[in-house]
Amino acid sequence: MTPTLQLFLILSAALFCIGLLAALSRRHAIFILIGIEMMLAAANINFIAFWRFAPQPAQPTGVMVAIFAIAIAAAEAAVGLAMVIAVYRHFRSTNVDQLDRLKG
Amino acid sequence: MSTVAFAAIAIFTLAAALAAATLPKLMHAALSFAVMFVGISGFFFLLGAEFVGLVQIFVYIGAVAVLIVFTILLTRDDVENVRSFQWGGAIVAIAVFAGLIWAIAKTKSLPLTPPQIEPVTVQRIGELLMTNYVWPLQCVGVLLTAALIGALILVMEEKS
Repeated sequence: MTPTLQLFLILSAALFCIGLLAALSRRHAIFILIGIEMMLAAANINFIAFWRFAPQPAQPTGVMVAIFAIAIAAAEAAVGLAMVIAVYRHFRSTNVDQLDRLKG
Repeated sequence: MSTVAFAAIAIFTLAAALAAATLPKLMHAALSFAVMFVGISGFFFLLGAEFVGLVQIFVYIGAVAVLIVFTILLTRDDVENVRSFQWGGAIVAIAVFAGLIWAIAKTKSLPLTPPQIEPVTVQRIGELLMTNYVWPLQCVGVLLTAALIGALILVMEEKS
């Protein structure tokens, strides 16, 4: 008895939605970054699962795409956290509700 | 691939993810975030992508989690925001989850059992990175350099 592709897809959908919940419902900038990282990891699980269950996985395409996605997610995290620090220096706060200077 | 291992890793990962999304203290959430990535690399090991699992552990637990903890320590907000959780996000997340589950259940021809494959060795990945994927590799190198310089410029002290 092995887990089917459906189980992996449902699991990564659940992980994606928990990340969406963290990104949408929290008002702290670092929580939003944590949610985005969670959604990227769920997408990586999908890449690997589709590669593993494909009929002829001669070329490990899913593995390569997942490696590049991890590298890009790391770059995104570095720039995002630098922006959090820059925003904190200006506003003395990381609450995204207080960053409303561009509001009309 | 055994179902017992899958269920154990799934419960572990989802519990850590829920803790990271809902814990009120930022530091606890960041630590559960690191624990969640242990579970996700467990899935990669289960699916036979050992190299990706190891890269995930190195990059996320070794670098990104430490970066997040540093940022939390540098931007300590002493004002504890009690009403920081908003229910609109929960409703949107549940709606998206229902839509995804509907799409997965409607798809008929998903394969049930994985085929037998030879394991993907690090040597194979290295050869592919140097032949078929050399352009993406170079682009990722440029991207990482640009992100490094951009992050440095963002946090540089402004002279006024």
